[in-house]
Amino acid sequence: MVQRLDYLKESPSQTAGPYVHIGTNPNWVEITGVYSQDLGLAIVGPQTRGERVILEGHVYDGNGAPVRDALVEIWQADAQGLYNSPHETRGEADPHFAGWARQPVSADEGFYRFETIRPGAAPYPDGRPQAPHVTVWIVARGINIGLHTRLYFGDEEEANGADPLLGRIDDPARRGTLIAPRSERDGLPVFTFDIRLQGEGETVFLDM
Amino acid sequence: MNGSFFQRDRAWHPPAYTPGYKTSVLRSPRNALLSLPATLSEMTGPVFGHDAIGELDNDLIRNFARTGDAIGQRLVVHGRVLDENARPVPGALVEFWQANAGGRYRHKKESYLAAIDPNFGGCGRCITDGEGRYSFRTIKPGAYPWPNGVNDWRPAHIHFSIFGQAFAQRLITQMYFEGDPMIWQCPIVQTIPDRAAVEQLVAALDRNATIPMDSLAYRFDIVLRGRRSTMFENRREGN
Repeated sequence: MVQRLDYLKESPSQTAGPYVHIGTNPNWVEITGVYSQDLGLAIVGPQTRGERVILEGHVYDGNGAPVRDALVEIWQADAQGLYNSPHETRGEADPHFAGWARQPVSADEGFYRFETIRPGAAPYPDGRPQAPHVTVWIVARGINIGLHTRLYFGDEEEANGADPLLGRIDDPARRGTLIAPRSERDGLPVFTFDIRLQGEGETVFLDM
Repeated sequence: MNGSFFQRDRAWHPPAYTPGYKTSVLRSPRNALLSLPATLSEMTGPVFGHDAIGELDNDLIRNFARTGDAIGQRLVVHGRVLDENARPVPGALVEFWQANAGGRYRHKKESYLAAIDPNFGGCGRCITDGEGRYSFRTIKPGAYPWPNGVNDWRPAHIHFSIFGQAFAQRLITQMYFEGDPMIWQCPIVQTIPDRAAVEQLVAALDRNATIPMDSLAYRFDIVLRGRRSTMFENRREGN
C-alpha cells in the first residue's frame, strides 16, 4: 500500500436556485433591515481613477428567453491594470476601486448594468499583454456550476487582436461572443454584453 | 501557496446538462469550456473586511426578528473553509440563505403553501477567522415541493456562497442534513455524479457543539480549490 496523498476534494457545486438574491441581494428582494445595503452595488466612487464606462446586457437561455433570476458578478483590474487584491504583487491598485461588483438581473427582462471604469492591461502567465477585460461570473437556477466568462471591449480592436485568450478561439463568431460592441449614451461609452447560456450565439465560457 | 490553481475536477462537480433537473436543459452551455491557464484575473479576488459585517448578520434567528425569535428547531451551523491542500482559508466571505422551518422562502415568487414566518428573513453572512472557521445560528429549514417532476421535494438544505482569496475559487453549493432520506431522491442532489461527492455536502450532527436546552449543531466544512506552491514553479515575474 502506498502512502496516501492528503489532498481534499473541492466541495461540489450546486445550483444557486431561483432565490440566490435572498442570500446576495436581500434588500433587492425586499428583505430589509438585515443588511444596511447589499454588497457590491457600487464599484466606482468619485475618487476612482479611470474612464467611466457602462457594461450592460441581458442573460438569455437556449430558447432566447431572458433568464430572470440570474446573478452577475464582475471582477477587474483598475485603470492601471492592477488588481485590488493581496495577491497583486506588481504594485498597489487604486484604493478607491474595489474591482468587484454584483447585480441581480431585472426580474422582467433579465437585464444587468454596471457602471465601472475601463481596466488597464494585465499580463498573461507567459508575459504577453492581455487586452483589457472584465471577468464575469453568472449563476442562476438551472446552472449547476457557476459560469466564468470574460468581457472584452469592442473599441480595443488592436489589443483584442493580440489577446492570447481570444487568439485561442478559432471561430470568429464564437470569439465575438466575448467582445462587447460600443455605443454611447449620455456622454458615456456603453458596452453591451449579452450572455447566451446555450444555442445560437452561445457565449464562450471558461475553465481556468 | 500562491501558485496557480489545481485544475477543477469537473467529474466531481455536476455537469451543466442534467435533464433530471429540468431547468438545466435550456441553461447548460453545449460547447466545451475554453481552458486557459489561470491569469491574474482568476488568481486575485476581492477582499471583504470584517467591518462589512454587522453584529447580527450570522444570527438568522434574530436578524429579521420583529416580534420574537424565528420559529423552528434552533441550530448552530459551523465549520471551516479549507482549500484542497487542507489549509484554512481565512478572510473568506461566506453567505447563506434558506427557507424557513415550514420550507417557505421569503420571496415574492415563492408559491409553496407553508406559512411565512414574520420573524425569519432567511439570509446571513460571516467572514472566516484566522483558522478558516465560520459559524451562524439559524433554525432548521423545512423540506418543500418544487415544480420539476409532478411530486419532487427538496430535502432540507442551506445554500452557501463562498468567496475565497481568488476569483477562481468562487463557489456556490448547498448543505444537507445527516440522515435525511430525501437527499437521495432529489433531482438537484442527483446532478452530482459521485455518491462520495454528495456526502461531502452532508453536514454531520455535532453533539459536542450543541448548546444544552437551546440548539442542536451541525458541522459543515467547505473545500475550495487549492493552489500549487511556487517552489517548483518556473514562471516569469508578473504572472
